[in-house]
Amino acid sequence: MSEPLLQMRGLRIETEVNPGKKHVKPVEILKGIDLTLHRSQVLGLIGESGAGKSTIGLAAMGYARRGLRLSGGEVWLDGEELRSASEEVLCQIRGKKVAYVAQSAAAAFNPAHRLLSQVLEVTNIHDHIDPAKAAKRAIELFDRMGLPNPEEFGTRYPHEVSGGQLQRAMTAMALAGEPDLLVFDEPTTALDVTTQIDVLAIIKEVIRDLGSAALYITHDLGVVAQVADRIKVLRHGQEVEEQETSALLANPREDYTRDLLNVRRASAQAEDADRDEMILSLDRIDAAYGKAQVLWDVSVALRRGTCLAIVGESGSGKSTLARVIMGLLPPSKGQITYQGKAISAALAGRSAASRKAVQMVYQLPDVAMNPRQTIGEIIGRPAQVFLGLSKSAAYTRAKKLLDMVDLPTDMITRFPNQLSGGQKQRVCIARALAAEPETVICDEVTSALDPLVAEGITELLLRLQRKLGVSYIFITHDMAMVRAIADDVVVMRNGRVVEQGPKDSIFDPPYADYTHLLISSTPEMRIGWLEQVLQERRMEAAGN
Amino acid sequence: MADNSIQALVLKRLASGLVTLLIVSLLVFVGTEILPGDVAQAVLGQQATPEAVQAIRDQLGLERPAAVRYLEWLADFALGDLGTSLVSGREISEMIGQRLSNTFFLAAVAAVIAIPLSVGLGLLAALYEGRPTDKGISILTLIFVSLPDFLLGYILLLLGAVVLGWFPALSKLSDSMTFWQQLNAVALPCLTLALVTSSHTMRLTRAAVLSVMHQPYVEMAALKGASRKRIILRHALPNALSPILNIVMLTLAFLVVGVVVVEAVFNYAGMGRLMIDAVSKRDMPLVQACGLIFASVYVLLNLTADILSLLTNPRRRRPK
Repeated sequence: MSEPLLQMRGLRIETEVNPGKKHVKPVEILKGIDLTLHRSQVLGLIGESGAGKSTIGLAAMGYARRGLRLSGGEVWLDGEELRSASEEVLCQIRGKKVAYVAQSAAAAFNPAHRLLSQVLEVTNIHDHIDPAKAAKRAIELFDRMGLPNPEEFGTRYPHEVSGGQLQRAMTAMALAGEPDLLVFDEPTTALDVTTQIDVLAIIKEVIRDLGSAALYITHDLGVVAQVADRIKVLRHGQEVEEQETSALLANPREDYTRDLLNVRRASAQAEDADRDEMILSLDRIDAAYGKAQVLWDVSVALRRGTCLAIVGESGSGKSTLARVIMGLLPPSKGQITYQGKAISAALAGRSAASRKAVQMVYQLPDVAMNPRQTIGEIIGRPAQVFLGLSKSAAYTRAKKLLDMVDLPTDMITRFPNQLSGGQKQRVCIARALAAEPETVICDEVTSALDPLVAEGITELLLRLQRKLGVSYIFITHDMAMVRAIADDVVVMRNGRVVEQGPKDSIFDPPYADYTHLLISSTPEMRIGWLEQVLQERRMEAAGN
Repeated sequence: MADNSIQALVLKRLASGLVTLLIVSLLVFVGTEILPGDVAQAVLGQQATPEAVQAIRDQLGLERPAAVRYLEWLADFALGDLGTSLVSGREISEMIGQRLSNTFFLAAVAAVIAIPLSVGLGLLAALYEGRPTDKGISILTLIFVSLPDFLLGYILLLLGAVVLGWFPALSKLSDSMTFWQQLNAVALPCLTLALVTSSHTMRLTRAAVLSVMHQPYVEMAALKGASRKRIILRHALPNALSPILNIVMLTLAFLVVGVVVVEAVFNYAGMGRLMIDAVSKRDMPLVQACGLIFASVYVLLNLTADILSLLTNPRRRRPK
């Protein structure tokens, strides 16, 4: 075989330490990574957050994030060693030989410049492609990526186009310099499933057509299975295993890989007691932020002791609905009924009892907790407020709750920043339970977590439901999750309910159109899934 | 016109500027009302018999309700009539005219030195963040901001006028001087002001640029192979422009209204000294006029900063 395009040998990356502070030891982020990538090959890098995936991707460009340094090993790109290369040499390589596609296009585009000038900047810096030719090619790429008005698209500013369009524009930006190697760092993670599938298809197509090599970084095995020839599984900065994609999916060698593959197979065992009593219902709700109406005529009902899943893409009004239920956003029309009684639309008008009865768990545990309070204070506070417990009684209760969410009770004196993402979310759940609520609203509680951690949280929530009999409203965009835990499902789109009913009827064909789109867009962990879905869609489009 | 179109935003800012000015005018008026001492008494000095005081009070209409006098004063002011000085009996607009242009001249020259210097130094410090250049610039500007401006003024006076003899010690302007002679005359106070203000501007420029440097799009630029200079000038600076414009305008405002001490040190005939004199003589119409002019300059400059930063932000310029 020919010389590999990219080769890493024993690559080590550690945190930068101020040489003045001798007692601070550097932390190793990558502990000796070997990696070989040939031309026109796609290598998938997969693992949980903190596994070092992005760090490897950036190291392929000779780049280390602020506070990190390439401390050992070698990175060879097309005959050049990058770890020892000077800043000038690295600037020469970046953008021209290897280009980067970041996770959040919205953040990676400079808000002050027009899209085309940013897409073409790379040719501007390196001056290796004729400007007129580069501009023409950029417009071709825009067209190719299905961007609207390719001629005119580049004259817009980043804030003027949608997230999915930006992500495609960023892929075009990476391709503009005609690099040999592309580094995709979670390029579809921030997108809705229905958008993800389009972007994924385009990425796969351009990689194949241009014959570039690519590193594809993601935490979603279903996604990487669609694009990668080989997959390398990483954990804690070390390689777990690397195999051909088909072999890895069929015969994982390591337990960790097996866990990753099994992650979506958990599900609730519904026990069908008489659970027809309505605990909460919303009747014909309209709601608006200022003049912008976001909910139209929404009616949903939650049965006691069950889980109601509200699914939809971003902008569908799911989280607004949660705010309406909590009383944070009084609806402009409609009625909220709790246990057969109409309750006030505004939080201020609600009794302490009705506020206590509905608690909430948020998407981002990092920002949902006061960083200057201990875990004990965070959990104990609602117990003091709603149950009237004394400080010491609240402390005891906090301990009990920690135990209930499978966290060690000595964590009670720690601060949020000393906990991992999954632990933080467990604390948030404990806090929601501290008030002894009847209903808990979970707003995308697992979407910021790694798959295995997310699965743990889901299992915990199900177990708590069996034990405490609480009812859940689960807001999510993840159809696999809905399938696993919901009793009833409400599908929302653009602020309206498009379909609702028991889970079985929603997930049994024939599907409503939009529900089908959501279900079929969720990546599956098998090779060829993407092609199959696209093929089916083409046939449907032709049939219509 | 849409609610968030640029014209609507500018109009809103203008309206709020006007309201601010109204409130300030009220404060200036109330402030001079409750200032201890009485004009009549101050004017008459030793000869202040109760009858004479009363006569002057009647003549000035001081017995009428404050609200009426306030509205009259405001209306006159809006029409350009600043009133007459109680002490000299001259038209205030006439007294202020020359002083104001002197102050503007001083401020303009100081700004021409200070702003490019400090924004440039701020950019340089950001470019070499954490390295000796950055630290050197920080220390130097910190020294100048830590020195009281009168002390710095005297030091420069000693060096520039006494030891080296390059510049005059008294900064007196006259119409017969050429522009270069005028520049020479104000060199020392300008330098003092430039050094005093440069530290804040430099540090804020540096901070504004660096806070943008942590954005993902800056990393993206680095990954395209952009040099650090290109990153700062092309990617960080346009996004840091709004806070920088704000601090530049604040600096300008300080240069116009905050020069009292420096004017005193160099015996420069500007607005600051005029106002101080007026306060000590209880020349209320003059104090009020100076106060309101200072306030207008402040509001106007801040308004300019607001509007400019609106214009530099594509999100505002082209709302969806």
